[in-house]
Amino acid sequence: MKKLINDPKNVVQESVAGFASAHADIVTVSSDPLFIVRADAPVQGVVGIVSGGGSGHEPLHGGFVGYGMLGAAVPGPVFTSPTPDPIVAATKAVDGGAGVLHIVKNYTGDVLNFETAADLAAADGIEVRTVVTDDDVAVQDSLYTAGRRGVGGTVLVEKIAGAAAERGDSLDEVAAIAERVNANVRTMGVALTPCVVPHAGEPSFTLGDDEIEIGIGIHGEPGRERIPLEPADAIVERLLEPILSDLPFSSGDSVLLFVNGMGGTPLVELYIMYRHAVEVLASRGITVVRNLVGNYITALEMQGASISVLKLDDETTELWDAPVQTAALRWGR
Amino acid sequence: MTLGTDWAIAWIRRSADVVAEHRVELITLDREIGDGDHGENLDRGFSAVVAKLDTLPEGSTPADVFKLVATTLISTVGGASGPLFGTAYLKAAGAVAGREDLDSASLVDLLTAARDGVVLRGKAAVGDKTMIDAWTPAVDSAARAAEGGQDEKSVLEAAAQAAETGARDTEPLVAHKGRASYLGERAVGHRDPGAQSSSLILRAAVEVAG
Repeated sequence: MKKLINDPKNVVQESVAGFASAHADIVTVSSDPLFIVRADAPVQGVVGIVSGGGSGHEPLHGGFVGYGMLGAAVPGPVFTSPTPDPIVAATKAVDGGAGVLHIVKNYTGDVLNFETAADLAAADGIEVRTVVTDDDVAVQDSLYTAGRRGVGGTVLVEKIAGAAAERGDSLDEVAAIAERVNANVRTMGVALTPCVVPHAGEPSFTLGDDEIEIGIGIHGEPGRERIPLEPADAIVERLLEPILSDLPFSSGDSVLLFVNGMGGTPLVELYIMYRHAVEVLASRGITVVRNLVGNYITALEMQGASISVLKLDDETTELWDAPVQTAALRWGR
Repeated sequence: MTLGTDWAIAWIRRSADVVAEHRVELITLDREIGDGDHGENLDRGFSAVVAKLDTLPEGSTPADVFKLVATTLISTVGGASGPLFGTAYLKAAGAVAGREDLDSASLVDLLTAARDGVVLRGKAAVGDKTMIDAWTPAVDSAARAAEGGQDEKSVLEAAAQAAETGARDTEPLVAHKGRASYLGERAVGHRDPGAQSSSLILRAAVEVAG
């Protein structure tokens, strides 16, 4: 294992300290309990949005804290949910009197810790609503598993819900928009290599030189099937098929296409995938009207990518276009 | 012979030692079918618990001990294990509140409440390849031992043995809860790390009982 780290125990604290220093114009950081919060929080009358989860997915979630997106992010240890205490503290820090929305990726640990935190915050008189994202179509049997996982679509939920909060929507309205985005987005991922959790020191799984794993989540956990490496275009088609048939998307739809890198795949490859994904969607009569390409929800140094397709309507398009000023997404301001 | 606060504290200290001794084993089990953090997280949690045991005031009851364990684990472990183990100790504390010495029946109440707490939070059933596969046989065996008039140590021994068998019996199962559930058939042949750590903790309870 070669990594640019010091003591593995200090990976998250040191990284967040650097993040805070680099983006002091946008965020401030509480180091104990650990959370990242908008520099201007709490914003009176605006719904605060808190997300979080294990570290190792950067820029998710800390990179999305700021105007027009998250009020706070709570980073746990690498790939491990934060405990309820910092979630409660972050919830209080963003409460401007309009209530707080928790956006939680559907992973058992995240859901349990946010659930406990929401109970504790409610006991302190803060109105909390929770939206659990579960956009991963790789999980076929959601009845006999912990359910579909929250993956790439989470970024889109956070952006659009954040814009709704910023324009002054109520807690119920912001939660409804978040639910609507989650209901209209589907994601599928592929891994070319595993990733190495710093304190584990060994790859989370092994893949042969000529093998890829289809349907991975964001923790290096194995996915739906293991197949021989194929050209990029064939992989794009393999990822898009279950996405398009699941919602289902249909001819005439306007969509946001999000091609996300898992951390170890260069942009040059992501754009090859984006190019063909647009072609496949066009051949089905689906128009890509907005897009996002880059490393936004990662799995440490894993080589791989995910494709998310979000069916847009006029309101969600407008909210996507609304100004945002965070470390990882900035436009219009 | 009943078991009091000294036993409760000794159980928790022994649990912390056992978790530390088996840290790498638990990480390895979890890496095979999960995300490889179980040993790390439990070790961090129980170390924090041990550091707090000295703050317990004179005259504390077993319930006070378990409540301290619960709040500390919930605030230090993270992942799914934090709320699950934390809730187990919290409900255990509630079940024996006000009792200074625990007899066989009280131990069954304690174990039953702990198991019910885990089910309440995690919604797993027997056969889902989770810690419940260790806890439920443990509760059932303990209850049978208590009904048969056995003493406290024998009740705990029955629980520990059943938990060990239950943990081992998770190996052929397909997981229906937690992160291993995404693996389908590929989880077969691997022992559930939460069931394993649960059996270690229940074994620790016997080791320090008189």
